Amino acid sequence: MIRFAHVTKTYPSGTGALRNVSFHVPKGQFVFLTGHSGAGKSTILSLISAHEAPTSGEVRVAGLNVHTLGAGEVPKLRRRLGIVFQDFRLLEYRTAEENVAFALEVTGVPARLIPGRVTRALTKVGLAGKARAYPHEMSGGEQQRVAIARALVNDPPIILADEPTGNLDERATKGVFQLLRDINAGGTSVIMATHNLDLVREADYRVLELKQGEVVYDSADEPREEEL
Amino acid sequence: MRLVTREALLSFRRTPLLSSLSVAAIAFALFTTGLYFLVSLNFRSALEGLAERVEVVAFLMRGTPAESVALASQDIAAFPEVESVDFVSEDQALARARVELEEFREAYQDLATNPLPASLEIRLKPPYRTAEAAGAVADRLAGYPFISDVRYGRDWIQRLDRIRRLATVVQLVIGLAFALVAVATIGVTIRLTVLQRAREIAIMRLVGATNGFIRSPFLLEGALKGLLGGILSLLLCWASFSAFRTGLGAELVDLQFFSGGEMLLMVGFGTLLGLMGSLLSVGRHLRAV
Repeated sequence: MIRFAHVTKTYPSGTGALRNVSFHVPKGQFVFLTGHSGAGKSTILSLISAHEAPTSGEVRVAGLNVHTLGAGEVPKLRRRLGIVFQDFRLLEYRTAEENVAFALEVTGVPARLIPGRVTRALTKVGLAGKARAYPHEMSGGEQQRVAIARALVNDPPIILADEPTGNLDERATKGVFQLLRDINAGGTSVIMATHNLDLVREADYRVLELKQGEVVYDSADEPREEEL
Repeated sequence: MRLVTREALLSFRRTPLLSSLSVAAIAFALFTTGLYFLVSLNFRSALEGLAERVEVVAFLMRGTPAESVALASQDIAAFPEVESVDFVSEDQALARARVELEEFREAYQDLATNPLPASLEIRLKPPYRTAEAAGAVADRLAGYPFISDVRYGRDWIQRLDRIRRLATVVQLVIGLAFALVAVATIGVTIRLTVLQRAREIAIMRLVGATNGFIRSPFLLEGALKGLLGGILSLLLCWASFSAFRTGLGAELVDLQFFSGGEMLLMVGFGTLLGLMGSLLSVGRHLRAV
């Protein structure tokens, strides 16, 4: 589903750069990206979503070579990704349902199909009752759920989550994480960058640890306990 | 298209202050430009009024047969520069002199014989109301054997020529400067609205909106603001024009307002500016994000 082959990314400032990173995420896998700030977690997510291009190496997402995409194809790639950020990035003058509907409208989904799909997505994240609420009327956890509903509504095969629980309290964190696990259980790949090691320990998912732009640990390389 | 219209109108509703401000900025930028053009329009028409008085007068020798005069008149009327030829007989000239030259009324009153010659008054077509063209016509007229003298007020026509040339250059330069300032003002205003919505643009890109999709509501919004600003500036121009005319006394000077075409042009120019301003600032943003 996602394949990095010898990817190097350098910035003039030197921070967040990647050095010769290679890994493969098969369909339906949940992967944690861990590491200190500036280790390159966000850079990996930006490369997947084509917000940035690698300096060298190749990034393939859902069969597309991200590096060689034309300007017209980048939106097509983004529609196969659901992206969630630490700061939610909702449009504040639109209600929860309008925020979710927005993702469908901009991709040209017929208007008559939109309300049903929006309701389904909001129900999935447990916010059907808050469809008419504006972001400032909701808690952080609820806002993040709206953002996740927006990410889900196009049925993407991949969800990218950049510190999705970074701004949330413990309870909201647990709820949002559980939601991402449920989504993954439905067959969607989830790539989640996080500082929260409790979450990493709680679930038995693959962990990619980055340090100064290099993958220093990949749990997929270790034999699992039951295989020993 | 429905969605694009909705998004564009939504932005008006959401940020009424900023939207009104940008419409006002466009209106005032166009208003100053419009006022300037109004002034220069009237200045030009005043100059044209003066130029209408450019006239070549050919005085005829006493005793010239009427047939020769009629023939020559037809001849002269066929000159490319000539608009009309009027024959003024000796008696007409005397009558006119009695009316126009009051100081000499007494002198003209008890004349035994009429000292004034008959003449041909030749008016020129608008593009030929210059010293050069009038001089050329005068030279040709002097070739007729029964024409004793040709006058066309060379000095003042030459001065009028100079003023007209200068006015054209000055108007063009200042007009261009006004238009540039208007373009810059409108560009900055629209850029402000786009900046204010940078976040929204980023989110649109995030969920996979194409550049065309992101751009269209902004373009429509910009064009709409330009249209409103253009109409508003026309109203402002009209208001100032009316106030000025009332203050001056309408019967004193014949002031002109823009013609229908010029008004359309102004509103169209506003719309175009709004559109271009949006296109440039959104374009810059789409590349940057």
